[in-house]
Amino acid sequence: MHELSLATAVVDACVERAAGARVLRVRLEIGQLAAVLPDSLRFCFGICAQGTVVEGAELEILETQGRAICEACGGTIALSSPFGRCACGGVLRVVAGDELRVKDMEIA
Amino acid sequence: MCATCGCGSDGVTIDGKTVHAAPGHDHALAPGHAHSHDQSARPPDHEHEREHVNAHDHGHDHAHEHDHGHDHPHEHGHEHHNSHAHDNDNAHAHDHAHDASHARNHGHAHDHGHDHAHAHADAQAVHGRTVSLEQDILAGNQLLAERNRGWFAGRDVFAVNLMSSPGAGKTSILERTIRDLRGRDIPISVLEGDQATSADAERIRATGAAAVQINTGTGCHLDAHMVAHGVAQLALAPGSILLIENVGNLVCPALFDLGEEARVVVTSVTEGDDKPLKYPHMFRTADMLLINKLDLLPHVRFDVERCIDHARQVNPQLQVLLLSAETGEGMPAWYDWLTAQRALVMSPA
Repeated sequence: MHELSLATAVVDACVERAAGARVLRVRLEIGQLAAVLPDSLRFCFGICAQGTVVEGAELEILETQGRAICEACGGTIALSSPFGRCACGGVLRVVAGDELRVKDMEIA
Repeated sequence: MCATCGCGSDGVTIDGKTVHAAPGHDHALAPGHAHSHDQSARPPDHEHEREHVNAHDHGHDHAHEHDHGHDHPHEHGHEHHNSHAHDNDNAHAHDHAHDASHARNHGHAHDHGHDHAHAHADAQAVHGRTVSLEQDILAGNQLLAERNRGWFAGRDVFAVNLMSSPGAGKTSILERTIRDLRGRDIPISVLEGDQATSADAERIRATGAAAVQINTGTGCHLDAHMVAHGVAQLALAPGSILLIENVGNLVCPALFDLGEEARVVVTSVTEGDDKPLKYPHMFRTADMLLINKLDLLPHVRFDVERCIDHARQVNPQLQVLLLSAETGEGMPAWYDWLTAQRALVMSPA
């Protein structure tokens, strides 16, 4: 349910930058490892946007894949959960997939 | 709950009192001032032909913000430079007759005869200006967390964020910690986060330590703003340990930095030993794992080694202590860790 907090933060950021213009579309970048449910975020976004210039805006969520580098062998591995071990036994360092960003928005 | 500011109408209270919005903090920014277009305020000869917007549904929405004194210098956003961005090639000859002079006298009857009836209501059809934000969604919380962190550092306060599922024993650990450390001349204060009731703050106050209850209402986690308000109610002595007991929840609190110096996650032997794999985000961001209720271990099916192995799969650097807040077993090692960590943040005397 922290998606509600995140949606509020997204709407606040857009309202601030839109400076009164109507927001038509918002693009987010959400990593697969970021512990966020896109559907839940979408639902909360619709609610949080009500009564603001963001109301009715389309929400586009770009999901980024999880990726890690092995600290031991240097190999790159795709990850679907935020942990794991390399085939060589090495410890993995997540390098992509935990993004939680507002990329851009379109205003009227 | 609002991550930038837990304030206002969403039911957050500190010791029962509503958290007020800080001045200038207006994040409900002028609802509805986009495009209000109040029809009734418009002189009758002003015929915008609104129908053409609605009829063909390609969303170009006259961003005019005229403020109804009706002096609009007529620029009218309007933006449909005949390009229409239709992005399809089904050659529908829509011929915008579009009298470009636009009749400055507000006749404004630009006659737009384009009556393409296809529904190109996709994103491409939206006419707008792109504004790049490239901003972390949690940036607002992060900013406040860093402010808290600076505030703590300036006062030699060692702040710990304690997280667990409900019932793992956070409050019991705190009660015992405060009682057992009483002789050591270390001031300890507590921020208690719960959705409702001040029961936990009262339990802590009964130990003699200062405690402030933050009720998050419907919120499932503390955020940096709530902590700033809570700390303002505590007269924290320099060199204090501030124990922040988060809302019982193994998911949401993991994402919200409160400005703490250390994160401690508590699990107990009455839970599954696979908790770290089920809730990896929580265990991934922690510095210390306390496995509580060790006194119950003979009665439950809980594999301690397995639990630790799972936790270290998620977070190889994680430190682990086994203890029982009930019997006191294992607690001294926790106190040693706590006081050693506190010593690290103290400025040299």
